[in-house]
Amino acid sequence: MERKASGLGMNRTGIQTSPVNSKKAIEGAEQSQPSSPGDASAIWKARQAFAREQEGLGSVPPPGTLKGMAKTAVDMLKGGRSTVFIDKLGQRAGFERTGVRLYESALSKLDVYGTWDGGPSREQLEKIRLDELSHFALVKRSIEKLGGDPTALTPAADLQANLSEGVPKVLADPRVNLLQSLDGLLTAELVDNASWELLIELARELGHNELAEDFQRALDVEQEHLSLVRNWIAAGVKLEARLGQEAAGAPV
Amino acid sequence: MWPAVLPEKPKEPEVGLDLFKEKGVPLDRQVFTWKDLTRRIYSKLDNDAFTRVRVILMNGIESEALRFSHACARMNRQLREPLALIRRVEQHQQTLVNWMNPPDQSPLETTLGFEQVAIEVTASVAQHEPDPYLAQAYRFGMLEDFDHLYRYSALYDRLEGKDPNYLVQSYSDIIPGRPTSLEHRHPLDDVRRPYDSRTADPLTKIHALTITAAEHQTHDYYMTIGPMFTDPVARMLYAEIASIEEQHVTQYESLSDPDESWLEKWLLHEAVEVYNYYSCLHYESDPRIKEVWQRFVDYELGHLHYVMQLFQQLEGRDPAEVLPKELPEPIRFASHREFVRRVLRDEVHLSAKGTEFVPRTEESERTLRYRQQLNADGSPSETAAAGYRWRPGTELAEEAERLGSYGEGRIQ
Repeated sequence: MERKASGLGMNRTGIQTSPVNSKKAIEGAEQSQPSSPGDASAIWKARQAFAREQEGLGSVPPPGTLKGMAKTAVDMLKGGRSTVFIDKLGQRAGFERTGVRLYESALSKLDVYGTWDGGPSREQLEKIRLDELSHFALVKRSIEKLGGDPTALTPAADLQANLSEGVPKVLADPRVNLLQSLDGLLTAELVDNASWELLIELARELGHNELAEDFQRALDVEQEHLSLVRNWIAAGVKLEARLGQEAAGAPV
Repeated sequence: MWPAVLPEKPKEPEVGLDLFKEKGVPLDRQVFTWKDLTRRIYSKLDNDAFTRVRVILMNGIESEALRFSHACARMNRQLREPLALIRRVEQHQQTLVNWMNPPDQSPLETTLGFEQVAIEVTASVAQHEPDPYLAQAYRFGMLEDFDHLYRYSALYDRLEGKDPNYLVQSYSDIIPGRPTSLEHRHPLDDVRRPYDSRTADPLTKIHALTITAAEHQTHDYYMTIGPMFTDPVARMLYAEIASIEEQHVTQYESLSDPDESWLEKWLLHEAVEVYNYYSCLHYESDPRIKEVWQRFVDYELGHLHYVMQLFQQLEGRDPAEVLPKELPEPIRFASHREFVRRVLRDEVHLSAKGTEFVPRTEESERTLRYRQQLNADGSPSETAAAGYRWRPGTELAEEAERLGSYGEGRIQ
């Protein structure tokens, strides 16, 4: 493992950086009065006012075809539960596809930073990349079978992409090493696991038992990913702590 | 089978607006509140792509109104106060327009919208431009922005695994244009011949200002968001394309007659704002946003008449010398796929030398040296889109299909 992420340095962000200036800044803040009364709830009250008059992020597109599972398409047109199912399927399609790009980023880190004892291997990262791709393919086929448009950005997909936008961003940063990147993969895998679980439940409820079985196999694989990522992080962080000790001259 | 969403249909143009008869809303009734400025947001998912195109374009038009007004105020003692009055309204108009962009639309997604503006609006302008030399300049620039859409699409697909067609909505092709790596030219090969204000058609003047405004805002947007990216190729790509946008601003602004007086230019700016809002109003399918375009047509008519009076008082000239009586046919907010493809086929090989458009084989030595220098460490636009071919559902959809029976989560 190269380039430690948690070495000591000239970090200036804390109040202790400058005792002289921080004392003055604190005194200044204590002596001043707010220009208006109230607290942080003023912000959420404004947010509530806007929420009452604004529409949502958008909608799920209606089915483009009655081929395949016509029942689902008809249900969707009636605004039935299938719309929720398509919305969530669209979410998985988008997330798994982004997942492919995340593991590509992790692979690019591996070349630069190398791995560590108990860290990820190239083969493991490449395999997970393909898993994510095959899960995307699975969801895409499922949406098509249901008469939906797998290329549409559904509200749930947009939401999850926005919630997790920091993950691809951080992984693309060349200043972030492989171990740090794994925190991003952990975030993604945790969400992914919970989302597959929900999707399976929803599929069973709607009577799509075959799909539910396919999704269960995907979840089994995702659970493995999660466990792998957790173990890589644990091994890496422990190693970093030990290296720190060694550097400090303490007995290992 | 039934269509999910009907695409916007281009409408037949109506009888033009009479700029001299329609007085709009007087300045003292052009008022806003903070909530009013920020409460309207279009949907990234449900609104037609051309609503995004119009919002991005009008933000550019208003941004130019402010930019011009500040420059003018610094050079004209007697115009400082009237400029300040109108500029403050333009500031708030720009805010209201720009704040309609939805917050779930990322900077890269908005970028795709910017390039769609540069393709479809410039294509409309190129086809309606009466002066053949200016029409050529618009076609020339359009093919370059067309290539930017392809490069940014590849970046979006490859960084985030997302489909650029979420934004483009199949109205524009996502294919290479004049390769960005070849668009870099020496500054002296980007300055064009200006129209002659005494003989030019008013539409020629309106077009030049409109496209200059759109490109200037594109440049400023890329310069603002470029450093917010983490990926080094993304950062370099924004740096590279921002440089082309600077070239485009140089080209387009040089089309306007530099001998027009400051007041004449101000008058034209106001006419351009009326014309562009009027075009938006004509095509808008979302009633909440249509209301904004109508309101701002009326505000801009108010500004125009205010400046008409100044023009008469201070220059002793008749605004009819400069302005068309009726507004020309609106900008056509619709797909120009066939036109763009034709221009691509016939003119992709062009470059520019001095003020003239020439085959790439005749490029100047200074441009060749300039380009070679900038691309000496590699070309970000080539790196970002190496081997890229857009597919519905991203380039990964193709790879996923190839996986075939490998899928279903059975990989162990």
